[in-house]
Amino acid sequence: MRIPILKLHDCLLVSIQWELDDQTALQFQEDLLHKIHETSANGVVIDITSIDFIDSFIAKVLGDVISMSKLMGAKVVITGIQPAVAITLIELGIGLEDVLTALDLEKGLEKLQQELGD
Amino acid sequence: MGNQSCVKILNEWDIVAARQLGRNVAKELGFGTVDQARITTAISELARNIYLYAGQGQICIEKIYDGGKAGLKIIAADNGPGINDIRQVMEDGFSTSGGLGAGLPGVKRLMDEFDIDSSPGSGTDIIATKWLR
Repeated sequence: MRIPILKLHDCLLVSIQWELDDQTALQFQEDLLHKIHETSANGVVIDITSIDFIDSFIAKVLGDVISMSKLMGAKVVITGIQPAVAITLIELGIGLEDVLTALDLEKGLEKLQQELGD
Repeated sequence: MGNQSCVKILNEWDIVAARQLGRNVAKELGFGTVDQARITTAISELARNIYLYAGQGQICIEKIYDGGKAGLKIIAADNGPGINDIRQVMEDGFSTSGGLGAGLPGVKRLMDEFDIDSSPGSGTDIIATKWLR
């Protein structure tokens, strides 16, 4: 299954709705970069409200796709990190320090507009 | 034993199966969402270690009872190359796979009890337990 990537003005919207296996996560990485290239999007919001755990592999794939997007000139905001996910990520030792985050999709879009200097 | 279920780890799909099994057992035992996430994440890390370093092995999930307490025990076992220096792999930031796997110290922090038994050539056994509060 592929994760749908929607275009909204000059941004891309992604909502991850189910538990990610390795292949889906890696496919998503590639799909997002192609979509950024195709649409000239300069911002991306990835909403993970439905995700109830993140292990080090998924964290690495997410962190990598954020760095890769940045190389292409697009900023990424992650939204909807659940309390249980925040707790386990920190306990696991993964801070995702340089990642832009927001509580929900609405705040994420606001943050992205600010970042893009709108 | 009726309290134990196992998943063989042969490929990356088995990692998904192992954590789903763990999450279901955690739910049955009445763990809250945060502990469910801790248990699921710990299983995912241990299963991935087996897949990456040993090639194959198994993850067993056991419901345990001690006096009035209930808990969930994860048993991760493989016959892989084993670990040379256990102290070294228990240090934060140590990795031989280039950043995949937050490693065993992370798993230890997520769980209440953590035991590792490994030596070169004889595989690795890890037992980690979470108690219901």
